[in-house]
Amino acid sequence: MATEIRNYTMNFGPQHPAAHGVLRLVLEMDGETVVRADPHVGLLHRATEKLAESKPYNQSIGYMDRLDYVSMMCNEHAYVRAIETLMGITAPDRAQWIRTMFDEITRILNHLMWIGSNALDLGAMAVFLYAFREREELMDVYEAVSGARMHATYYRPGGVYRDLPAQMPKYKESRWHKGKDLEAFNKARQGSMLDYLDAFCEVFPKRVDEYEELLTENRIWKQRTVGIGIVPREQAIQWGMTGPMLRGSGVEWDLRKKQPYAKYAEVDFDIPVGANGDCYDRYLVRVEEMRQANRIIKQCVNWLRANPGPVMIENYKVAPPKREEMKEDMEALIHHFKLFTEGYTVPAGEAYAAVEAPKGEFGVYMISDGANKPFRVKCRAPSFAHLSSMDSIIRGYMLADVVAMVGTYDLVFGEVDR
Amino acid sequence: MADENKNSLADELRAHFGDRISNVVEYVGQTTIEVQPIHWLEIARELRDLPQFRFEQLIDLCGVDYLAYGEDEWATSEEATSRGFSRGVEGAAGPGRFSWSTRPRHEQWQRRFASVTHLLSLSNNQRLRVRVFAPEDALPVVPSVTSVWPVADWFEREAFDLFGIVYEGHPDLRRILTDYGFVGHPFRKDFPLIGNVEVRYDPEAKRVIYEPVTSVSPRVLVARVVREDSRWKTARDEAADDWKDN
Repeated sequence: MATEIRNYTMNFGPQHPAAHGVLRLVLEMDGETVVRADPHVGLLHRATEKLAESKPYNQSIGYMDRLDYVSMMCNEHAYVRAIETLMGITAPDRAQWIRTMFDEITRILNHLMWIGSNALDLGAMAVFLYAFREREELMDVYEAVSGARMHATYYRPGGVYRDLPAQMPKYKESRWHKGKDLEAFNKARQGSMLDYLDAFCEVFPKRVDEYEELLTENRIWKQRTVGIGIVPREQAIQWGMTGPMLRGSGVEWDLRKKQPYAKYAEVDFDIPVGANGDCYDRYLVRVEEMRQANRIIKQCVNWLRANPGPVMIENYKVAPPKREEMKEDMEALIHHFKLFTEGYTVPAGEAYAAVEAPKGEFGVYMISDGANKPFRVKCRAPSFAHLSSMDSIIRGYMLADVVAMVGTYDLVFGEVDR
Repeated sequence: MADENKNSLADELRAHFGDRISNVVEYVGQTTIEVQPIHWLEIARELRDLPQFRFEQLIDLCGVDYLAYGEDEWATSEEATSRGFSRGVEGAAGPGRFSWSTRPRHEQWQRRFASVTHLLSLSNNQRLRVRVFAPEDALPVVPSVTSVWPVADWFEREAFDLFGIVYEGHPDLRRILTDYGFVGHPFRKDFPLIGNVEVRYDPEAKRVIYEPVTSVSPRVLVARVVREDSRWKTARDEAADDWKDN
């Protein structure tokens, strides 16, 4: 008697702790084996690009933070670079160094989030707690410069919003922070923000050793990642992969080296490259990127300490004049009024600006028709391209490997759905 | 991106493709070409395979709607000078407020929908932007490049979803970002920012229902103005050297 065996279709998400947000994955299963994967995205679609068309340029910077919401400043960087390219302005050196430093801080923030959540997905709880300890320290840096822990809106066309604070904010005494704890919290916060970062750079490599201690030689971790989700070099290129996904497959490609922007040409760092293109290699690449980011931050701290200067372009069509000037100078007052009521117009034309965001190439394609609002903004999100390759990679793997694969993509649905 | 590399790309393109491509533009250090839909697939293959181009990666593909290009939302008339701009709730001009047939003509863009592709060559470290205009405004159709770059799959689905551009030869042209059962193409310039329908839970029908939008009005907070500023040209010329270095 012949029994009819049918493939089983199942929903993975959209509310699943390992789906990293709102991924709905329709899986066609043959027993435990994936036959077809059809990701349904768009549950977090907010039409960011359409909203940007209805606002003056500067008002959309904050929206960029909310695309890839774990690498906020890198998105801002691509957006302001697109505007700067169209207008032909260049931010002052100090602003460029600050941007380089914060891009790398953001990279560490992103990779910490990734290593914590990916380990959690694959059954290792402790890494998450370790990673969030350091994330907290770096988010304090975000807060110190911008007042916001995550959605900073710190980069502006022509520079950054303001210079680094001379005093790192301290914890105040409260019911939760008091006595010895308070002292310990504030110990590294006695000096400037750069002192605080310097101290962080000293200890951070040891912290990365701790994560590696937990994972790199961990038998379960290796069973879950080695040889899983192999992306051959050719496939990585065809599917538009960038960042650690591409480097994990052995392609030495990094915009920071190949098409340097900000001050990446002047800092010293290495690019880690994987050999097999499996989840384990991508893990190793990302861990090494954290160490390299730490190196870059250190160099930026040293430069920024030695070289004070302006952090915003002196062009009142783009940047607001100083408060003191507005008290005395009529023209400054007019500039301020025009800038905040109407914004600035950008010459007609189109430009594409890309940065090496922690997840891959984040680019902004901007068309201006000469107005004070963009005509069209397109955000090229690395996760979107990565996720589209899901079906071609995951076929033939087991259901549990889907979780490993979703984790290794480093997906964030803010930027997939935009 | 080396200097000689950049200069030669536009020349290489002109030399190889001749009159199959038009509008080869170099602007702010970036190269753009325009391609007719009938040539696009063949040119795409050559761009990927020929050693002087080697654009192995399709980085981005998106739709663009050129309706209302270069249009102000309100004229800066005497009234606006004395009373300021209105909130635009009643206004008739500006994006989302007039259709393609009644729009003021812009001489630069004769067609409405374009599919813009960004290519990246890893071997030659160069980028290229290709614009393909759809011949028909009513039913925009352009060829799909999924057979050349598989990654175009989702990007084309997105452009179809948001702009209604139909990619001929796409294996699975479904909506991707909007809701299941969504009507319309929201990124078209004549699609209102506030949308056409809103949802609420109807306690009598005991289900979520769709209704025409009433809870918000099409308000414009900052009017869209187009100004020529000659200083940008000067600044651009000065910065041109910097781009060449990068």
